[in-house]
Amino acid sequence: MREGLRARGHIHGGGEVTRAFVSGNEALALGVRLAAPKVVCAYPITPQTTVVERLSEMVADGSLNAEFIYAESEHSAMSCAIGASAAGARAFTATSSQGLLYMAECLPYAAGGRFPIVMMNANRSVALPWNIYGDQRDSISQLDCGWIQAYAQDAQEALDLALMSYRIAERPDVSTPFMINLDGFSLTHACEAVDVPSPEQARGFLPPYEPEDAMDFGRPRNMGFSAGPEHNAFFKYREHLGILRARDAAAEAEEEFGRAFGRRYTGLVEEYMCGDADFVLITLGSVAGACRDAADRMRGEGVRAGVLRIRYMRPFPSAEIAEAVSGAEAVAVLEKDVSFGGTGTVFANVNSALYSAGARIPSSNYIGGLGGAPVSEGDACEIFRRMASGATGVRFIGMGGA
Amino acid sequence: MDVVWIGRGGQGAFTAAKVLGAAYSMREGGGYALAFPSFGPERRGAPVRAFTKLSEKPVSNRCEVSRGDYAVYLDETLFPGGSAAGAPIVSSREAVEGAIAIDARGIGEGIFGSPIVNTAMLGALARVWGGVSLDDVCEGIERVMAERHWERNKEAAGAAYDAAGDSL
Repeated sequence: MREGLRARGHIHGGGEVTRAFVSGNEALALGVRLAAPKVVCAYPITPQTTVVERLSEMVADGSLNAEFIYAESEHSAMSCAIGASAAGARAFTATSSQGLLYMAECLPYAAGGRFPIVMMNANRSVALPWNIYGDQRDSISQLDCGWIQAYAQDAQEALDLALMSYRIAERPDVSTPFMINLDGFSLTHACEAVDVPSPEQARGFLPPYEPEDAMDFGRPRNMGFSAGPEHNAFFKYREHLGILRARDAAAEAEEEFGRAFGRRYTGLVEEYMCGDADFVLITLGSVAGACRDAADRMRGEGVRAGVLRIRYMRPFPSAEIAEAVSGAEAVAVLEKDVSFGGTGTVFANVNSALYSAGARIPSSNYIGGLGGAPVSEGDACEIFRRMASGATGVRFIGMGGA
Repeated sequence: MDVVWIGRGGQGAFTAAKVLGAAYSMREGGGYALAFPSFGPERRGAPVRAFTKLSEKPVSNRCEVSRGDYAVYLDETLFPGGSAAGAPIVSSREAVEGAIAIDARGIGEGIFGSPIVNTAMLGALARVWGGVSLDDVCEGIERVMAERHWERNKEAAGAAYDAAGDSL
């Protein structure tokens, strides 16, 4: 076993939980091993690489009983995962940035075929200019491909999502692939202590994947077919309803997860002091920590600040967001992407949710962290101050309005 | 408590940052730690930084710090004097004005037969700061490093821990 992944046990909740000091990528890989996929197929790309390295080592040392397929490209990696899932195998892959975009043709195939593949995406900038650092333009550009999208904020959540994702994706009425997003470097490569459930505990939480409709030569049927105008929309409607059910499936998985492991998650969003907040900063991913520190500081200055972390971009938490900010005077969205010529995409989704709920709250948009630029607690404080002064519109942090 | 590690690519600054994080957070009743490198192309010999953030509360802010409580220089040629990134501890055979100097290279040459300084400098930091014990550091070494490296790195940390005590 690779250095750093060695863990020592202590007894917790009737089972053996070990603790390890690992990076976000290593934590994710430990979680994937517990989920026991039968097929791992991937192509390495910075900053995802150590996920694939750790999993290949686990397969080599026998601690993960899976077929490891080193694909020749991301397009092939996703195609392998689709084939494996069609054959009834739990499948895992991982990518980042240009790799995700190279996969893009296959992503709707996986979603339309209702294959509950789990993929880790290390959020990274998209060229040009060439850049290996973290922002979220890669995954946000793929919101419409039919995948569930979750964003972790720390290594423990990454590990836990690896387990919960399969339970959500594989629920028969969901049957939708699941993308777990980790911020490149600031999460994928930062090390912290995590609790690692035992394989026995994990098996209790996540039973083996045994789909009723797997490819079976003894019971042949049509899979991956075409559907013309008279039928196509029915499939798309069912696909939409399936991913919407992930909201309920996530709640159910988190309830069971809390019972099994003692860690509680809060569904599609996570609130921090939103209850009485006048000004709510909405964001996603690992930058939420700096935003919470900023909210603490603003509270110290007498500003009632709150932070709403979006945990899932798909299904989109429209109702949860509208509810959480219903008492706010203003909201701002901080995101690491922009839809050029429009606004930040998260901002557009949030505005739609607020408008649909009848909430007429002034909103503003802050684009930051592009290409790995740091977003500090001070930057987040500045957003709260601008909200309090009535600012609206789109602004690139450290630059100007747009 | 933030520590900035400054070294050259290949000197193990990030490894030292991780060992400190594990030493602090993995002990019984320990606090929280986040350890990360400065992200960028990794070139042997080029200046690199790494960071360890330690707190009684979960470390939620993942930003680099420009100035920590301590700044550990694994290579004395990188020590900038008055503009250090924290209270400076410098790997140097000679005394360094305005800093605690540890002959980590001498310790490394004696124990490893090569100028490996990172765990020695961590031992020195443990003594100067006092927030982790030498036992904690040894535990951190076992948590983070491969088993074949444990014994000599613990020895290096211990030697520098003692040497730092003499300089206090």
